Formats: sequence, C-alpha cells, structure tokens
Amino acid sequence: MATAHSRTAARLMLSPAVLLLLLWMIVPLGMTLYFSFLRYNLLMPGMETFVGFDNYYYFVNQPAFWSALSNTLVLVLGVLCITVIGGILLALLLDQPFWGQGIVRVLVIAPFFVMPTVSALVWKNMFMNPVNGMFAHAAKALGLQPFDFLSHAPLASIILIVAWQWLPFATLILLTALQSLDREQQEAAEMDGAGWFQRFIYLTVPHLTRSITVVILIQTIFLLSVFAEILVTTNGGPGTASTNLTYLVYAQSLLNYDVGGGSAGGIIAVILANIVAIFLMRMIGKNLEA
Amino acid sequence: MGKITLTQVRKSFGEVDVIPGIDLTIDEGEFVVFVGPSGCGKSTLLRLIAGLEDTSGGVISIDGMDATDLPPAKRRLAMVFQSYALYPHMSVRKNIAFPLKMAGMDAAEQEKRVNHAARILNLGNYLDRRPGQLSGGQRQRVAIGRAIVREPAAFLFDEPLSNLDAALRVSMRQEISELHQTLKTTMIYVTHDQVEAMTMADKIVVLNAGRIEQVGSPMELYRNPANLFVAGFIGSPKMNLIEGPEAARHNATTIGIRPEHIDIGGDGPWQGVVGLSEHLGSDTFLKVNAGPLGTLTVRASGEVDIHHGDSIRMTPQVGKLLRFGADGKALK
Repeated sequence: MATAHSRTAARLMLSPAVLLLLLWMIVPLGMTLYFSFLRYNLLMPGMETFVGFDNYYYFVNQPAFWSALSNTLVLVLGVLCITVIGGILLALLLDQPFWGQGIVRVLVIAPFFVMPTVSALVWKNMFMNPVNGMFAHAAKALGLQPFDFLSHAPLASIILIVAWQWLPFATLILLTALQSLDREQQEAAEMDGAGWFQRFIYLTVPHLTRSITVVILIQTIFLLSVFAEILVTTNGGPGTASTNLTYLVYAQSLLNYDVGGGSAGGIIAVILANIVAIFLMRMIGKNLEA
Repeated sequence: MGKITLTQVRKSFGEVDVIPGIDLTIDEGEFVVFVGPSGCGKSTLLRLIAGLEDTSGGVISIDGMDATDLPPAKRRLAMVFQSYALYPHMSVRKNIAFPLKMAGMDAAEQEKRVNHAARILNLGNYLDRRPGQLSGGQRQRVAIGRAIVREPAAFLFDEPLSNLDAALRVSMRQEISELHQTLKTTMIYVTHDQVEAMTMADKIVVLNAGRIEQVGSPMELYRNPANLFVAGFIGSPKMNLIEGPEAARHNATTIGIRPEHIDIGGDGPWQGVVGLSEHLGSDTFLKVNAGPLGTLTVRASGEVDIHHGDSIRMTPQVGKLLRFGADGKALK
C-alpha cells in the first residue's frame, strides 16, 4: 500500500476535502480579521473606513470587557469542576450492578440530547422562576422566601444549567473508562490490604486521568463559546454580571450595530481560546500519550 | 505458619454448584498444585482460599484460625494473578512496595524489603521502570516480588505461567520451584498443565467438576491413579485405555497402560500397524492401529527405525498394567 505511487494518489484524492475544510475555516477568519480593522457600523452601511487597531483599543477598554473575560473563565472552570467531579461520582454509581441499569443509563444521558435553548428555557421558567418555578414552590413549602436565581446569582445559575447539560457527557466517557478498569488489579490491591478509598485513589483515579483529560479538553472548547443559555435566560445581565466574551461580541455587533468592534472581540476570543488550548496541552496533554 | 484446612467448603453461583463440598489439608511449607481441566473449579477454589469469593458453606482455617469470613487482606496470603495485575501507572519499586505502604510500614523498612525482593528475583535494574516497559517474564517476577515482600503465610498462584511462551515457562517454572526451596513457605499453585503439576508439586490435587478426584505426590498419581480420570489426566502422552475382551481377560472393565510401558518387537501378544510416528530424537512416539484394542500410543526410547505402515508386535510390561472397574475406580 505504502508505495510512493499510492501515497501520491492518496494525497491527491484527499486534497479536495482538505482544501474545502481549509476554506471553511480561513474565509470566515479572514473576513473577521478584515472587519476588525474597519469602522463598520450597521446603521451607516457603505461608509466603512480603515481604522487600524482602534476597534481593538475600544473593545478592550470598555468596562464590560474585563468582567466578560473573568465571567468566561469562571464559567468554564465552574462547569469543568462540577462535571468532572460529578461525572466521576455518577460513573462510580452507574458502574455498580443494580436493577434497571440499562434504563437508568439512558436517562442519565438524556440531557445531552436536549438543545441548549430548550434546556435553558426549561430551567428558567420551570425551575428558577421566582413565582412559578419548582425551586420557588419548594422554598415556599418549607416556609422560606423564594430565591430569584437569575437576577441574584445569574452567573452561578448559568453555570448550573450548562453543567447539567454537560454532566452526561462527562459521566458517559468516565463510565466507559471505569468499565475497562482491570478486575484482577482491583483484587490484587484488595489482597494487598488497600481499602475502598485507597483503591479509588491509587488505581481508579490514575486509570481515569486520560478520560478526564479528554473531558476537560473537549468541554473547554465548547464552554468558551457558551451563548444560547445566556441569551434566553439573563441576556448577559443584570448589568454585565453574566456576560461572557461570546455574549459581549454579540452585544457589540448586533445590539450596538458595531460590526468592526464585534469582529475585534471575535479575534480576541480566538486568541484567548488558543492561549487556553496551549496551557491545557502543556498541563495535561501528556496524559493522552500512550 | 501456613497450614490451611478446608472443611466441607462449598461454592455455588446461583443454581450452579461449582464446588459441591471439598475437604483438604495443606501442610506447612508444602507446594500444592491444583490441577484439572478448564471449568473444574480449581481457580474458584483458590479464590475461596484467598477470600476473593465468599463461600456458600464450610470452614476455611489458616494456621488453626477460622478465616472463612475474614477479608482477603487479613488472611496473610499473597496472590500472583494470571494477568500479573500489576499497577500500570506505578514504577516496579512502587508496585512491590504497595502492600507495605498499605500496611503503613515506614519508608526505610519498605526500601529494605523491596531491595531484598529485587535481589532474590534479579529485578535490580528494572526498579524504576513501569510495568508496560517490561517483558512478560519480568512482569511475572514483579508480581512475585509484590507477593514476597509481605512475607505471607502462603502464596497463591493462579495459572501464573499461562501467558508466557514455552521456553520462558520452563525457566520460570524452575525459578518458582527454587523460590519455594529458599523461602520454604506454603505455596498453592493452580494450573491446567499436568507437566507443571508433575514437575513442581509436593502434593497434587486433581480436580474434576468441583470434586477432588485424588490427592497425592506426583509419583503416587503416576503409579497408582485412583480412577480413570486421573489415569487419563496425569502423564504425557496420555495413558492408553483399552476396553472390551482384552480388558475382560484381565477381569476389568477397562485396562490402562502408559505409552512408556509397552515394549516393541519380539512376539508380543498385541499386534498393530503404525499410523503415525513422531521422531523427537530422544524419544519416538508411535500411534499404532491395533485392531480390536483401538489406537495405542507407544513410546520407544531413542531413535527407532519404524515408520508409517510398518506392522509391529507389542508387549505390555508386567506389573505396569492398571485395571479399572465398571465405576471407573481402580481395582487392586
């Protein structure tokens, strides 16, 4: 197979797909980069002028930027913590033999199939609503004052909603890893005098590191760009309390009609994502090597 | 230290009685081999002794103390698993030290014991490697090292050599035997390979369908198998079992004669045509089609010039013929 001839043929046949993927990525990126250097306001079409780095300057120097940046990081870290720890605990639970295991596993995975807008609306109207929500009812039943989650703890509420969506993903990946844990190793450790907790620390956790790495890397990519959940629940508010970078880019381009500023924000988000990716690969990427 | 007694030990998985009831005494310092075909319950029996399975009935006592309900860690037994069961993310040193660490031993003593075990097993150069970087035989040694450092009352081996190639199996077999002579600790060894059983054991326990067929030294089992099962299982190549009129002539339902106890040539009473001849140099194995007697395996010593299609006469050696009754038991 691997003759020089067949390799050339393989490259030739692959090239249209690779080219298409490259264009798919490079065209939007190039356009965003181009717009980010223009004074481009939707209210004044056809009057674009080149402004150099002004858009970047104004995007970074608006008061909302730094809070959006920190909100983005808090959101990512918060959801990662909840899903990884919760995922390990749930996976440990689901790995136990019990009646109705198959059905329960399907139910656990179900949230992953609900689209973000829908699940966020369900959480907003049916759980967190201070008048009609389940939590409000529960609080009233206990004689407590209902808590208005989305106005008093907006970022925490969004973290909760997003974590709920991603918990099944983490659980699923960690469960499959748990199932491949060698039984004889566990028994050997048992004979060596390791208790349940010691077996968990010395055998299970090291065995899970690779899967945890996968969960963290994949989720980080998606969590940096959380948007729908914010749009349908808090609209980034109150103030900028739940505005992340993605939402700030949206607000800049489509609420303030400033496409140039929004594009600059988009490029900053791309750079930020790359910095995070480099950090992650440095820190935990070695876990992926065999 | 290391006397293990089983009294009416039973094990069932749901409806299935894997072990219907076993009585067995393993003396201090003995090398006992559980041997039998796959599915005979030998591994289950070992796991019952180890405490990895709960008994369905009966009493297991170790050094006179009832251990039936003790957790595995409290039985002072060490086990070597078929898959070695090394901890893949720990170095060899940490693997061997793991049971000591779990026992809360201080670091200096751990270090001393690990180095001692490494010296016995020639693992000195590998202590800082991971199990993944070792060959099968080295991994096996690490697994044994992890068992040695605990200084257990007895070692349990669950088919430890079945993942090794033939040459390595022979040398590891000898190493384990030598280890037993050095440590003089009780060892229980499970295998389906009767050669391993014959070469290593002080005492062989032949198991079949969860029952003990016979217990004895290798030579006892070879000379006087208690029944047809043991006769067919112990010895390689297998014993020839002959039924019909020839057996009736010896007042038995079945007679057994080992391939090495048949002499070729002269005017022997048995006659047959050679179907297959395997020339190994030191031995020659012949498959002889002997008409009413069926197919006989015959061993001739050294290089013998007999080939396919040759007609030969055979004589069973006097006193080596074994007789079995209708119930399969040996007749005296």
